[in-house]
Amino acid sequence: MESLTRRTYLKTTATLAGSSWLTPVGQWLARAADGDAPGALPMKNSAQSVIVLWLQGGPSQLETFDPHPNSVIAGGTTKIATAVKELFLADGFEGLAEEMKSVSLIRSMVSREGDHERGTYALKTGFRPDPTVVHPSIGAVACHELPIGQAEIPRHVSILSSVWPSRGGYLGDKYDAFQMTDPAGPVPDTQSHVSPERQKSRLKSLETVERAFAKGRTKRVEETLQAITTNAALKMMTSEQLKAFNVSLEPQSIQNMYGNTPFGRGCLAARRLVESGVRCVEVTLNGWDTHANNHQLCRANLKVLDPAFSGLIRDLRQRDMLHKTLVLCMGEFGRTPSINPAGGRDHWPGGFSMALAGGGIHGGRVIGATDPEGKAEVKDPVRVADLHATVFQALGIDYDKLNQTPIGRTVKFSEGKPVPGLLDA
Amino acid sequence: MKSKDGIGASFKMFIRDFFFLVVILGGFATLAFNLVPPKHGFDQAYTTPSIYHQGDFLQTVNLVDSSFEKAWSKGFLKAADEAGDLAIARRIALGLMGTIPSLEEIRRIESLPEGKRITWWIDQVLHDQRFADYLGERLTRAFVGTEDGPFILFRRRKFKTWLSEQIIANVPYDQMVREIISSEGIWTENPSTNFITVTAQKDKSNQPDPVRLAGRVTRAFLGLRLDCAQCHDHPFAPWKQSDFESFSAFFGQTHIGFRGVYDGAGEYSIDDKRKGVKRTISPKVAFSQDLLPENGTLRGRLSKWVTDPHNKYFSQAAVNRIWAILCGVPMVSPVDNLEADSNVPEALKIMAEDFASHGYDLGRLIRIMVSTKIYRSQSMSKNDDFESAERAWAQFPLTRLRPEQVAGAILQAASISTINADSHIITRLLRLGEQNDFISRYGDNGDDEFDGRGGTIPQRLVMMNGKLVSEKTKGGPFSATTRIHWLAFGDEMSIEAVYLAALTRRPSREEFAYFEDEIKDKTRDRGQIIQDIFWALINSTEFSWNH
Repeated sequence: MESLTRRTYLKTTATLAGSSWLTPVGQWLARAADGDAPGALPMKNSAQSVIVLWLQGGPSQLETFDPHPNSVIAGGTTKIATAVKELFLADGFEGLAEEMKSVSLIRSMVSREGDHERGTYALKTGFRPDPTVVHPSIGAVACHELPIGQAEIPRHVSILSSVWPSRGGYLGDKYDAFQMTDPAGPVPDTQSHVSPERQKSRLKSLETVERAFAKGRTKRVEETLQAITTNAALKMMTSEQLKAFNVSLEPQSIQNMYGNTPFGRGCLAARRLVESGVRCVEVTLNGWDTHANNHQLCRANLKVLDPAFSGLIRDLRQRDMLHKTLVLCMGEFGRTPSINPAGGRDHWPGGFSMALAGGGIHGGRVIGATDPEGKAEVKDPVRVADLHATVFQALGIDYDKLNQTPIGRTVKFSEGKPVPGLLDA
Repeated sequence: MKSKDGIGASFKMFIRDFFFLVVILGGFATLAFNLVPPKHGFDQAYTTPSIYHQGDFLQTVNLVDSSFEKAWSKGFLKAADEAGDLAIARRIALGLMGTIPSLEEIRRIESLPEGKRITWWIDQVLHDQRFADYLGERLTRAFVGTEDGPFILFRRRKFKTWLSEQIIANVPYDQMVREIISSEGIWTENPSTNFITVTAQKDKSNQPDPVRLAGRVTRAFLGLRLDCAQCHDHPFAPWKQSDFESFSAFFGQTHIGFRGVYDGAGEYSIDDKRKGVKRTISPKVAFSQDLLPENGTLRGRLSKWVTDPHNKYFSQAAVNRIWAILCGVPMVSPVDNLEADSNVPEALKIMAEDFASHGYDLGRLIRIMVSTKIYRSQSMSKNDDFESAERAWAQFPLTRLRPEQVAGAILQAASISTINADSHIITRLLRLGEQNDFISRYGDNGDDEFDGRGGTIPQRLVMMNGKLVSEKTKGGPFSATTRIHWLAFGDEMSIEAVYLAALTRRPSREEFAYFEDEIKDKTRDRGQIIQDIFWALINSTEFSWNH
């Protein structure tokens, strides 16, 4: 195994294509690489998984992570003290305030995309939309670069997905996030409707039909991923790990801690999924596009977000999982410092906030600052690409690595540089 | 109490069974007629439309064929054999109607002499409302996207219905596009104006966005990505950032007011962020300036320039898109990437010239495409290198069907008689509701229509265990499995009927032998066995991929 460098190792698994992440051979390869070749995997101390709390619509920084009370731009929003001295959050984040020793904030995010779809693309992939290539999202890169492990369920999951869930992009569709709704119900379509005997005979019949069709087009039929995805789906249907989605197996106190909402259940499921070896879970909370009644809407959203976010951090910390789990909380952009006549705030990619915790990220720190009058440029701006470089570094992924897109262009995982002060001492 | 309930229940059961029997017996004659091959064929008097006999029609088809043949011999590729009539009929139905031929339709196709079958089928399809609706939806995606757009100001469904009406009336494509680019009025009364209103900007008092409009016009109607020049000079194409700005200026006088979309006065200016000033831009086209008329509104002039027969991009973009809708892959990929002339295959140019010189007749264009050798060839390869053979169109490409095509196919396969605009209203409503639920679970690619992606795990789950498939395979008076179970005479015919209904073909010898053994198994319920065969066929690669 010594001679098997990380690069060639990844290459071999990549040629085994999607099958590798579910066939026993692939799992063995991954586990072997994990255990026997310490030199091959340089991220023993890195984060193993990512949970992205995605605030769809563009959350107002002023009503969340970056309050400027008593200023013209505040519109009445007040601040609260947190477990970290001199670090304030907007009113409504009482739960998170207690966990701030584990959480850091970037208050100087800058993006060039002020449209929902383009902004979502930018924050999820670290690149601006480009007509010649679709970039992979954080979860897809993590699944592609980190060992396969023992997951029998998809390793990239999107709960309560928006219209733009995380995608595999040029890494391939097999890295797309598996989408599911509120984990209150069972994972959709994982129950067979017939007896095991009938199911067995159905699958045998299916093999007969597949064989007939593959004649004269074997290779092309393989490329459809039909056989691979069918096997993966069947494996998932009978997997014990499917229980990871079932949040009702948690004690009631834990369920309550996350808040009894679809988003809260999504966050709890995310923790359970990460525990069973899932690399990346994205949980979406919609409703941040507050062009009108910004303050009321933010307030209502915080009632859902605060218990779920703080509950997740606390739960991960208490289970000693926080250091291996990177948690991000962000949306596609922020909102204008000025308040429009409808009492709303409009799109604002020019200086917004996001929170990150766990996975080796120092807690209680704040990067950058915005002007209390909403006029001057942000201090210490952080580009979207820099955020991605930071995330990949936390995961032990070489963000500078060059990858080939299907049309032969070379692209890095991130064009940015890690944000100083978050991972280093 | 208990016995009373029991009596009530058994009475209900009786009524239900009675009804069931009436339905079955009542429909027996007609249903059996669809299930078994007709003794006397239909449409024996059918004659091929004259269009096929016109010299220049055949000439275009031959030119396309020989241009492909040249490419094959250059790449040392062997052309695939000709596909059977039913395989071609299936492609046509999926590409143009988003569904598969019903067993009823298959019987009619087969009742015709060979050689007339496909031309007859194409005639049927081009006059079918399902064709107008489906092509209308596909073009709507390209022209205004898939999103709902600005509330109140945008009515996507109206736009789509309007397009479908143009299609079924065979309105020339150029005329349709001129109207889309230049019409005025209220979006509800004059639905083509939704092309403009979809770009209404909330933060600019609902005025249309010239930049987005210019981007749509160049991409959807010209197959060019001029909007890439929005941020930077284009690396490969001859146009610059300033060209895109002047192109956008054609929409600089378009406004949205109380009486809808109108052209007024005003100058188009943009904020130059680098210099921090406002710049006024005057309208100018990036190439072929001589084709721009002198008079008219800015939009009117632009619409004439776009659709001018000498603007080759217009016809090429249409041909590339219609080809992609028919075959699942565009000839030039991505579908709106025609800028480098060297990328455009000879065959596309030949069809584009024919399209432009024959009044932009979509019906003629589709007939030409369907008549080409490549469209009629198998998706099997005689070459080792499948990929390059597919790229050179030496065989019909294997592509993933869109979610609504899969849903349409499931519903049709389960029904035997044709589900079309004439079908009973309840059947159609059922179809709409079930289809939407299925599509959201199966996953729509949104605007990326032809991105050549592979299958996914959720798709397999929804096909194996989802509500639509399980309900459609279950017994019930409306479903094909019950009909086949009750009405098909003998095992041989039952197996054949399931295959024809689901896969539009007969079983191979090996498949037949396998399923004959299954169906003869007396220890199992025959109805269930048929359901299980049906399930296996619907879950096959063959079912959810175009081939």
